[in-house]
Amino acid sequence: MTLFKRLLSGCTIVALMTVARADIVAPGDVTIENLRIGTSLTGQAGDPVEGRKVFADRKLGNCLACHVNSDIPEQLFHGEVGPALDGVAARWEPEQLRTIVVNSKAVFTDASVMPGFYSLDVGENVREDLVGVTILTAQQVEDVVAYLSTLK
Amino acid sequence: MNRKLLIVLLGTTSLYSMVSRVALADPSEGPLFIDGEIEMITRTESVEGHPLPEVISGWHYRTESTQALEADSFENPGMLAVEEGEVLWNTVEGSEGKSCASCHDDAAESMATVGASYPKWDAGSAKPINVEQRINMCRVEKMGAEAYPFDKGGQKPMTAFLKNLSLGEPVRIDVEEGEMQAWWERGKEMYYTRTGQLDLSCASCHEKNNGKYIRADHLSQGNVNGFPTYRLKQSALVSLHNRFRGCIRDTRAEMPDAFSDELMALEVYTTWRSQGLSVETPAVRQ
Repeated sequence: MTLFKRLLSGCTIVALMTVARADIVAPGDVTIENLRIGTSLTGQAGDPVEGRKVFADRKLGNCLACHVNSDIPEQLFHGEVGPALDGVAARWEPEQLRTIVVNSKAVFTDASVMPGFYSLDVGENVREDLVGVTILTAQQVEDVVAYLSTLK
Repeated sequence: MNRKLLIVLLGTTSLYSMVSRVALADPSEGPLFIDGEIEMITRTESVEGHPLPEVISGWHYRTESTQALEADSFENPGMLAVEEGEVLWNTVEGSEGKSCASCHDDAAESMATVGASYPKWDAGSAKPINVEQRINMCRVEKMGAEAYPFDKGGQKPMTAFLKNLSLGEPVRIDVEEGEMQAWWERGKEMYYTRTGQLDLSCASCHEKNNGKYIRADHLSQGNVNGFPTYRLKQSALVSLHNRFRGCIRDTRAEMPDAFSDELMALEVYTTWRSQGLSVETPAVRQ
């Protein structure tokens, strides 16, 4: 590869990254209409395989802490604080599932104890290193929504 | 059998029984007798103004093997600290050449129900104080000894020893004394304030969702009658303020200091909620 070509391909990558970043909706800019977030937070489709991992990972979604999900039998002890997620895609559309994952309180009111996974409207006294940080990234939210949409 | 080995074996047994647990949401039946003799009040009608109709000890939410550990004072791993505390009671420390016993004689008589009635209003500092702080006051003012730092030295053993003397006594707190009412209010506000990135309050788990499983953990009402408590998860005796801090940390929030005004207010309020349950110190929990 010539130096020129290298430079060119480097520029293309930088340009692509810039485009991708510009497309990410910041937590404060998410628009919820009729309980729906109509478009992907990243402009990209979610990956259900990745979403399943994020869902189960105790350090990421940790969704099994509170929800039963018989699609993940390899993990023991599914919690029961929230509803079982079997067939959740038959009850909610992807745009609604996106809202619930982003900020469940926008759907279920403050009575819900479910954390907002892409919200900065959180509790008091947030740990210093987590101020301004969401639990999941925009793409992880999209991946989880894509995964949940497979649970019919 | 070597006692420590026994403890490890029993801890392992309780893990196995966790694996095979039946997913029952209701707290298990009692009654709890310690050594088949001392009957514990583990369920009772709550005090007026309490949001829940019945207060239930965390003992009911644990597996059978964990429950059995608490019911036998020889098997209860927390009793090691109680025995250590009894030795400390009779140990001379500090510039005045005194032990606790020098002034208070036989703790079984002089301290018979003391552990069931803290926190108390302290007019001197114009704040509520707990048993840990009361011990430190005696050490500094009467014995000329150093105050125990939080969770260090003899603090947990002495607290466990004193509270264990009240084993079976119902927890009570006088919220009419001094300015206790204002501290109760502040503690109540803390109890319902959501903290951290996970946006959870004490009430989110222990009032709204007690009886349910959060992963493998059966959420209790969060009553404080068993502290210091032996936690199998940590293989250690755990003080109340350590547990407060642990819960707050788990919401991904900054933790208030032990014995800070915030956590003292929370101790006043949660003790008020736990009233009527027997002191179970040292309780055994997951």
